[in-house]
Amino acid sequence: MMNKKITMQLDALTCPSCLTKIETAVKHTAGVGDVKVLFNAAKVKAEFDDQQVSAEDLSTVVSKLGYEVQGVKVKEL
Amino acid sequence: MKFQRWLQAHTTAITIASALLIAVGYLGKWLGSTWGYAVPLMVASIIAAVPIAIHAYQALRVKVISIELLVTIAVIGAFAIGEYNESAIVTFLFLFGNFLEQKTLAKTRASIKSLTALAPTTAAVLQPDGSTADVDIDDVEVGDVVVVRPGDAIPVDGVVATGTGYADEAAITGESRAVSKEADTPVYSGTILSDGYLQIRATKVGDDTTFAKIVELVEDAQDTKSHAEKFIDRFAQYYTPAVLVIAAVVLLASRDLRLAITVLVLGCPGALVIGAPVSNVAGIGNGAKRGILVKGGTAMDGMAKVDTFVFDKTGTLTQGNTTVTDAAYYADAAGARQLVAALEATSNHPLGSALVAFAGGSTNLPVTDSQVIKGQGVTGTIAGQHVCAGNLKLVQAHGVALTVAQRAKLAAMQATGASTVILAVDGTVTALFAIADAIRPEVPAALQALKASGAKELVMLTGDNAVTANAVARQLGIDTVHAELLPADKVTYVRQLQQAGRTVAFVGDGINDSPSLATADIGIAMGSGTDVAIDTSDVVLMRSSFDALVHAYRLAKKTVLNTRENVAIAIAVVLFLLVGLFAGFIYMASGMFVHEASILVVIFNAMRLIGFGKSAKLDLRQVQTTD
Repeated sequence: MMNKKITMQLDALTCPSCLTKIETAVKHTAGVGDVKVLFNAAKVKAEFDDQQVSAEDLSTVVSKLGYEVQGVKVKEL
Repeated sequence: MKFQRWLQAHTTAITIASALLIAVGYLGKWLGSTWGYAVPLMVASIIAAVPIAIHAYQALRVKVISIELLVTIAVIGAFAIGEYNESAIVTFLFLFGNFLEQKTLAKTRASIKSLTALAPTTAAVLQPDGSTADVDIDDVEVGDVVVVRPGDAIPVDGVVATGTGYADEAAITGESRAVSKEADTPVYSGTILSDGYLQIRATKVGDDTTFAKIVELVEDAQDTKSHAEKFIDRFAQYYTPAVLVIAAVVLLASRDLRLAITVLVLGCPGALVIGAPVSNVAGIGNGAKRGILVKGGTAMDGMAKVDTFVFDKTGTLTQGNTTVTDAAYYADAAGARQLVAALEATSNHPLGSALVAFAGGSTNLPVTDSQVIKGQGVTGTIAGQHVCAGNLKLVQAHGVALTVAQRAKLAAMQATGASTVILAVDGTVTALFAIADAIRPEVPAALQALKASGAKELVMLTGDNAVTANAVARQLGIDTVHAELLPADKVTYVRQLQQAGRTVAFVGDGINDSPSLATADIGIAMGSGTDVAIDTSDVVLMRSSFDALVHAYRLAKKTVLNTRENVAIAIAVVLFLLVGLFAGFIYMASGMFVHEASILVVIFNAMRLIGFGKSAKLDLRQVQTTD
């Protein structure tokens, strides 16, 4: 059950392929449902299950790709 | 991955270093030193290629063949055959191009950034002991009282608990104007208190505020792709790997590594991928600043194609509240107004409230035996006199006859589209009243501007009677009128127009016309930031303004034109490079230069959209003055 929604604010994104990269990496993390990467707003929005994966884990996935996560917001679904 | 973050933070430095090394290399060449030429260029190639190669590798890990991969392979190839100058210049241009792209893209995104910059991050929450505490905006709760001082942005949606002041609501409505605030008036997050002092009880906080929803909507819209963009994305997905395959085929067939790597560089789909999205981002940003929310590229495309505008009359074309527009008296005027107001106050008919307002408020005259006759009017006894107010049917039923002059006046009033009320006292007509929903004065010029911008037909749908509807349509310059409709009929008419091959925009206030908004090709909700309106419509005009409607239409057309220009530029560049390759005047470095230059050209072209609209406003005024 996806019970949380995370919004991560990143540094400005410039290449459309960054978008695919981030989207694929986050989506392939266990416990993650819908993923949306907003290219122009430089935001990653994802639904996840906090039993399987934490917000910090997801933030690490993105920063490991080389993108600085500037802020994280988590909301109950 | 620390190394990579370090690289990312120092990409600008790497780009500069690479440029300097290239300069040193060419100085060495000029001095006649082979090593002085080759070594700096080799070093330049390597330091500039590393960040590109890392990006290529990461993309490959998630099975994406990226532009970076093409460049990386090309650079390794150039290096292998000793073309250090080519590899150095290609990597430098690629990094430098990215740098410029980042800077210019930031400009096209500036509109939305300026919106989010308005959002306060903390709120001064009133504590039980009377002091205030700075609380993070996400921790403010509904019901908290926050204190706002002059110059501050209001941090929550709420109602004024105490205090007075003026707020600039441009963030919500797109219109910079001081709006008076006092106890119990609503205030909105993101608006600025320009003057005064307010204590506000929060009703919506954080992501639930109207302002947060607008920001989210615009952010989503800028990434909602048009059909053209989706097509290009799919195209690029196969195009980039295809370039790799073609380069391999060229290598096998010609045994010419130099030619193969040139193909790799020339094949980068730079301007094509960035051209369409950048136009939409700039166009949507332009609208957002003016309180016009266009929900993405598809909505932008659709809006540009609209040839038929369908309007819901009440509250859109007209002011939505009825007023007395004409009166004729055959006895004491003030007395007649008092009598009709007293009688009408007993009914709750909309015409009644217009008459009460006309008399300057409700009167204290006692009414006895008052009786409402549905569809006819009201009768009653006031101060011993038998009074009736209503239509011809009502007064005739009470044995009242109109003179020839009175009949003529009544007909004249009805011809303007007004509803009429006849007042009779003890069997004699004492007054006639014309009541109408006044048209909004700016509408005729705006409708004319819509037509000048390409709208073919303007249709008005209304539940009113045909006479009223036709009269209003004549004053406004509407082409087609369908009157006496139920809400469900409106949807039917929209469908009929669509079946006739029209692209229909439905303009409504978003309150009770959601089905029509959803059915039309483009639903335009006007002057209402309600959740329903935002959900069902494609374009939301935060301000109930026809200037905004005209601007949105022109903006959409301009944005779509801009997108087409950019796609044309991108295709022309690819063709030019192909011809250049075969004619032999384009190599790796010059090819990369043309690519990066074309990317900047499309971004600059899109940036023209940011300033679009100052002239559009002028145009509208010109239409009004020549009218």
